[in-house]
This record gives sequence, C-alpha cells and structure tokens, in this order.
Amino acid sequence: MTDRHDLTPLWEVFIRPRNGLHHRHVGSLHAADSALALQAARDVYTRRGEGNSIWVCRSADIAASDPSFAEANFEPADDKIYRHPTFYDIPDEVGHM
Amino acid sequence: MAAVETHVPAILEIADDCLILGHRLSEWCGHAPILEEEMALANMGLDLLGQARALYAHAGEIEDKGRTEDDLAFLRREREYRNCLLVERRNGDFAHTMLRQFYFAAFMQPFWRDVAAGSTDATLAGIAAKAEKEMAYHLRHSGEWVIRMGDGTEESARRMADAVIELHRYTGELFMASPARQQAIASGLLPDPESLRAEWDETIAAVFNEAKLEMPEIRVMQKGGRDGNHGEDMGHLLAELQFMQRAYPGQTW
Repeated sequence: MTDRHDLTPLWEVFIRPRNGLHHRHVGSLHAADSALALQAARDVYTRRGEGNSIWVCRSADIAASDPSFAEANFEPADDKIYRHPTFYDIPDEVGHM
Repeated sequence: MAAVETHVPAILEIADDCLILGHRLSEWCGHAPILEEEMALANMGLDLLGQARALYAHAGEIEDKGRTEDDLAFLRREREYRNCLLVERRNGDFAHTMLRQFYFAAFMQPFWRDVAAGSTDATLAGIAAKAEKEMAYHLRHSGEWVIRMGDGTEESARRMADAVIELHRYTGELFMASPARQQAIASGLLPDPESLRAEWDETIAAVFNEAKLEMPEIRVMQKGGRDGNHGEDMGHLLAELQFMQRAYPGQTW
C-alpha cells in the first residue's frame, strides 16, 4: 500500500487577513493537490474570519536557508548599525513612521 | 403574501433535512480519515445545523404555539420528522458520506439561490442567502472528492462506484413535492423542485464524467421520508440526537 503521505504531501498555508496586508504563513497541512489544499486551508485556518485570501504551496518547493549556516548568514549584520536609519532627526509633525 | 401557519410543515421538511444530515456529519467527529477532513466535515455539519436552527426558529414563530427550535429539533417522534431518506442514510465509508453530501448540495445550492431571489417570505429569503454560500462550498468540496475518488486508485474507484449504486436511488425524493410543499410552492414561498432537476442532472453528469463514474439507471426511486416513513437507522440516529433533551428536559449549555 502506498504511504498516505506520498498521496497527500505537505503544503504550507499563507493567509491575507485583509486587503492591503500581505499574506502571512499560518501553518501547514496535508492534501493531494492544490485544489484540495486550498479547501483544507479554508476549513482549518479560516474558521474564525482570519482572512480573505489564501495561498498554498508545496512545502517541498520551498528552498530554505541552512540553519547551520545561520551565523555566517546573519551575524555579520549585527554590528552594522549604520544600516538602520536611526541617525536622522525626524520632525515631530511627521508622526509615527 | 407572507408565511402563514400552513407553511410550517414545508419549512420543517427542509429544517429536518439540514438537522439530520448535519447530525450524520457530526458522527464523523474523531473518525475522519485525515485531520483536514475532520475539520471540513465538522464545518459542513455546523453549517447545516445553523440552517436547521434558523428554519426551526422561523417555523416555531409562524406556528405561534410556543414551540422553540429545541422542541422542534429534539422532542418530536420519529414519524414527525419529514426529512428525505437520502440525508438519514448511514455514513458508510468516506465515499458514501461525500457522495451523499454531493447529491444533497447539488440540489440545495440552487434551491437556496432561488429562495433567496424569489421567496415571498422575507425571513426565509434571508436564511437562504446565507445558506446558499454554505451549500456552494459543500458542493465544491464534495464534488472534488467524488472526482478524486472516482478517478483515483482502484480501491477508491470501487468504493465510490459502490456508493453510487447504494445512494442514487434516494435522490428522486429531492424532487418530489409533498402536499405541504405544493402549497408552499403555490404561495411563492419555495421554488418547485422540478424546476431544479435539469440543473441537478447537469451538475451530477459533469462531476461523474470527470470522476469516470457511470450514471446508474434507477427504475424505482426510494421515497417515504416526507411522509414520516423512515429507514431502520432513523430510530438509532434520533436516540443519539435526542438523548440529552429526553434524559435532562430543558437542559441548556
């Protein structure tokens, strides 16, 4: 018998809470294909009015950075504080940026 | 003309369809083949329960004899339930459950659409507008499964074909109009189910075609639910459904 997980691979689910915002990753699920993945996402992740748009993609199709390479990837940015635009005086009238 | 007391039995027929099928779906709780379908089945069951509640409450109001939605849902005898036989059929396997849902939703989605668009009863039209969206989803979801199981593995195709043989004979009752229903049709409360037959046939044929399922030829359609003549499983279903209200009358959450 075929393994159930071969028939229903893992999908990542992204929901957009409302127009103008971006889709956010909310979780994952198993489904046979994209049509059923969208329906399952609707049933599992939008029961309480969480959004108005759903994206799904095969988890296997996501290329992820290597956790063991995290130091090399991200630590070099730690001491480059000049990349944060914190040296500007912002007039009060501008308000929250 | 607004709804009058004589319309109550016709509204109860639809309410009973929703309640009984909703209850059947609730029986899947904890038993679905995958977690995703556990949620889908419960969601659909709750949609139907919501429709049933609104219809019972409306019927009770029109009737004006003090019967609440709980009285109507939980405290009638088996013969007083007027749901069609299709919705009370036991769940069987996942193929049976999805096919039953597909047959029912393929009828109810256009049914509610027409009630929303043309009913003389404004409350009913309001209930219908919400219910139509829910049934459109049930139709899509169950239809996708019928296609995937019918045109799936050898086992899924066999199970879906078995479900068609078992359940198709119960679909004729969807289009039969009881005397109560005929009265409601005459006063513009509900559409004539016969007017929905061509659309239903098309929906079924399109999905069966994709699912590589054969349309069975049924010589005699089963009927009886609208007269209160139910199958042997109905008593067991009601025993479970009514237990709390029978054992603890008036119990609330």
